[in-house]
Amino acid sequence: MNKVLMSGNNIIGEAAIRAGCRFYAGYPITPQNELTEYMAEHIRSAEGGVFIQSESEIAAINMIAGASAAGLRVMTSSSSPGISLKQEGISSMAACELPGVIVNIMRGGPGLGNIRPAQGDYFQATRGGGHGDYRTIVLGPATGQELADLTMDAFDLADKYRTPVMILADGMMGQMMEPVIFKKPHPRNYPEKFMLRGAGNGKSKFIRGLLLDPIDSEGHNWKLARKYAVIAQNETLREEHLTQDAEMVIVAYGTAARIAKGAIKRLRDHGLKVGLFRPITLWPFPEMKLRALSAGIKNFLVFEMSTGQMLEDVRLALQGYANIDFHGRPGGAVPTPAELANVVAKFYSKID
Amino acid sequence: MSKIVFQHPQSLKHNIFHYCPGCGHSIVHRITCEVIDEMGIRGITIGVPPAGCAVLAYNYFDVDMIEAPHGRGPAMASGIKRSLPDRIVFSYQGDGDLAAIGMAESFHAANRGENITVIFINNAVYGMTGGQMAPTTMLNQKTTTSPAGRQQRLDGYPVKVSEIFSKIGGVTYLERCSVSSPAGVNKTKKAIKKAFQCQLDGLGFSMIEVLSMCPTNWKMSSVDSCKWIDDILAKEFPPGIYKDEIAALKKAAEVRS
Amino acid sequence: MIIKAFFSGFGGQGVLMMGISLANAAMNKGLHVTYLPAYGAEMRGGTANCTVAMGDEEIASPVASEPDYLIVMSSPALSSFQNKVTSGGTIFINSSIIEARPLRQDVQSLCIPCTDMAQELGNSRATNIVMMGAFVKKSRIVTPDIYLKSLETIMGSRKKSLAEINRKAFAAGFDYVKD
Repeated sequence: MNKVLMSGNNIIGEAAIRAGCRFYAGYPITPQNELTEYMAEHIRSAEGGVFIQSESEIAAINMIAGASAAGLRVMTSSSSPGISLKQEGISSMAACELPGVIVNIMRGGPGLGNIRPAQGDYFQATRGGGHGDYRTIVLGPATGQELADLTMDAFDLADKYRTPVMILADGMMGQMMEPVIFKKPHPRNYPEKFMLRGAGNGKSKFIRGLLLDPIDSEGHNWKLARKYAVIAQNETLREEHLTQDAEMVIVAYGTAARIAKGAIKRLRDHGLKVGLFRPITLWPFPEMKLRALSAGIKNFLVFEMSTGQMLEDVRLALQGYANIDFHGRPGGAVPTPAELANVVAKFYSKID
Repeated sequence: MSKIVFQHPQSLKHNIFHYCPGCGHSIVHRITCEVIDEMGIRGITIGVPPAGCAVLAYNYFDVDMIEAPHGRGPAMASGIKRSLPDRIVFSYQGDGDLAAIGMAESFHAANRGENITVIFINNAVYGMTGGQMAPTTMLNQKTTTSPAGRQQRLDGYPVKVSEIFSKIGGVTYLERCSVSSPAGVNKTKKAIKKAFQCQLDGLGFSMIEVLSMCPTNWKMSSVDSCKWIDDILAKEFPPGIYKDEIAALKKAAEVRS
Repeated sequence: MIIKAFFSGFGGQGVLMMGISLANAAMNKGLHVTYLPAYGAEMRGGTANCTVAMGDEEIASPVASEPDYLIVMSSPALSSFQNKVTSGGTIFINSSIIEARPLRQDVQSLCIPCTDMAQELGNSRATNIVMMGAFVKKSRIVTPDIYLKSLETIMGSRKKSLAEINRKAFAAGFDYVKD
C-alpha cells in the first residue's frame, strides 16, 4: 500500500469506510465539512453503505443510533457547537450500550465562537458530555497517520465495549494534509444478539435507556461503571518524547502536542532539557503513566489551546508529586512553536 | 360451530396496560398488533416508541423495539430502515413528540420519503408529564400550563399536522382517524394496515394521525372523552384521507416494468 | 532539517494547488511533509494561503512560524506576510501584478512575471505552475521530474491538453530562474 497525501477530514472518512463503517449521518459545519463530503461521495460505493445529510446534528446522532442498533458500523461527525447538540444522543447511546464513532473537529468556543482550531471541548468529551453517569472513550490523534489508525481502532473499541467512542481533533488536524498508509482493518467481531433486526420466529428484544425502577437503574449505572473501570484499566495510550533526561516535561495532546514538539526542538537546541508527555487516549487518561514520570521529573507544564481543562486530569495525576504549570491559548488562537518555547524557557529558568 | 371474532393478538404481550382507563393508547396498541398478526410481519417488524405515555410500548408489543429520545423517533427509524430496508419499521409518537420537540425529525423523515410508518397519537395534551399544553391543544382548552385556556395570542394555534404534512412531497399516504367510536377504531385499523402495506410495497412515507382519548388529563369520564373528540376535537382536526399516492405510485411502477 | 514554504494569494489563483502539488512531490521524494491550508468561510476572491513543511525528520509543528520560502501571488499577500519569512529566506514574487518589493534587506527576492508568462503560453490559469517552475528550480527541494509527475497524478484524468500547458508553464518558470 502506497502512501497517499490526504487531509485529516478525508483520512478519517477513508479509514472509517475501510474499517467497515456503513452508515454515516451528518450536518455541515466548518471545519469538518470535508469529512461529510467525503462520506457523501464514497460510503455509498461501499456495499450497503448509507449516507444521510440530516436535518440537524440531533437527528444525525439518532440516525446512527438506530443504524447501530440495526447492526451496522456507524459514524457521525461535527464540530464543537454541533457536538453540543449531539449530547442527548450520545448519552442515550451510552445508556443503551450502542457502539458508534463520533468525530469532533473542534473549533473556538464557547457559543458559536469561531472556526479556528481549539481544544475547549476536552471537559465535554472526557466527562461524558451529556447528562447522566457515563463516559465515552476519547481518542486524541496528533498526526495524519494517527487519524487513520485511531479511526479504525475507534470502531473496534466501540464494538468491544458497546459504547460510543469519540475522536477529538481540531480544525488544524481536520484541514491539514499528511501522507498516510491505511493499515488492514481487523474483521468485525460483534455478536448478532446485540442487534435489533426483527424477532423472526424467536423472542422479541428491546433496547432502552429508561429504567423507571431506581434499583434497576442503579444496577445499570454500576454495570456501566464496571465497564468504564475495565476500559480505564486496559485502554490507555500515550506517547513520551525525550523524557529520559528531561528536567521539565510538557503535557499536551493533539495539535498542541505538535506545537510543543516544535518548541522542544528549539529549547533542546539551547540546551534546555525539555520532553513531552502526550496522552493519546484522553479518556481514559493515562494517569498512572504520567505519575510514573514524576519519580524522576519534578516539573511539568500543561499546554492546551484552552484555558486549562486537561490541566485538571494532570493535577489528579501529579498533584503532590510534582510542580505543575500551565500555558493556554483558548478561543481559536494557535501559538507558534517559537512563542511556546519562550514561555517554557521562562518556567524552565525558575527550576531549582 | 362457533367462529372466533375477537381474541388477544399474538404480537401483543400478556401484560396489563399501565394506561389509564379510557385511554386511546391501549386501543391503538391492540389494533396495531392485530394488523401485524394479520399481515404476518411480527418477525420483521421493528418499532420505535417515543418519550411520553407510550414509552413503555415494548412491554406490550411483542416485536423488536428500541426507545428513541424525545422527538427523535423518525430519525432513529430512518437509521434502522436504511440499514435494514426489508424490515417494517414504525415510530409511535405523541403530539408533543411529533409536533413540538420532534417536528424537525418528523418533517424531514417525511420529506425524504423514508419508507417508514408513523403512528401519531393526537390527544391534545401532554399525558405522561401531567396534562400540560400540547401543540395540538385546542384554543381555550385548559391545561396545567394554560390554566386560563390556550390563548392564540400567547400560545399560538393548534398545529394541524395532517394538513401540513399532506403538502410534503415525500409523503405517500396520510390519514387522520379517531378511536372515539367502534366505527372509528375499525377505520383506524384499516388505515394502519394500509400504511404498513404501503411500506411493505416500498412506496414511501406513511402516517396515521389518531385522535385519541385522554380522560385523566381532560378531566372527563371515558364516555365524555369520546364525545369530546367527536364534538370538539374532530371539528378542529377533521378525520379523512389527507394524501394517498399509493395507487398512482403503483401504476407508475407498473408502467415502468 | 525542516524546510517551510508559505504560499499566499487571492482565492482562485490556484494557491492551494501550489502547496498540494509541492507536498505530493515532497512525499513522493520520501520526505516527511505536512500541508496546512488557512481556511475560512467560503468566499470567492478572498485570500488564500497555505504552508508546506518538508523534511527528513518528523514534522513537529505544522504551523509556519518563520517560513524559509514565501511565495506571493498578490500584492496584499506580500505586504501581509513578508515579515514572516526567516532571515536569509527567499521571497518569490508574481511581478506581473505586484509592483511593490520587499522592504527587508535580509531576504532574497525573486521576481517572476508569472501571469504574463502564462498568458504568453496561452493560458493565464497556469500562472501558478509557472511560479512552481521557478520555485522548484531555486529551492531544489524536489526534482522537476518528481514535481511534474506528482502534479499529473493529482490532476488525475483531466484533460490531456491541460497537462501539456502545465508542462510548458513549469518549464518556462524553471528556465526563467538562472542558476
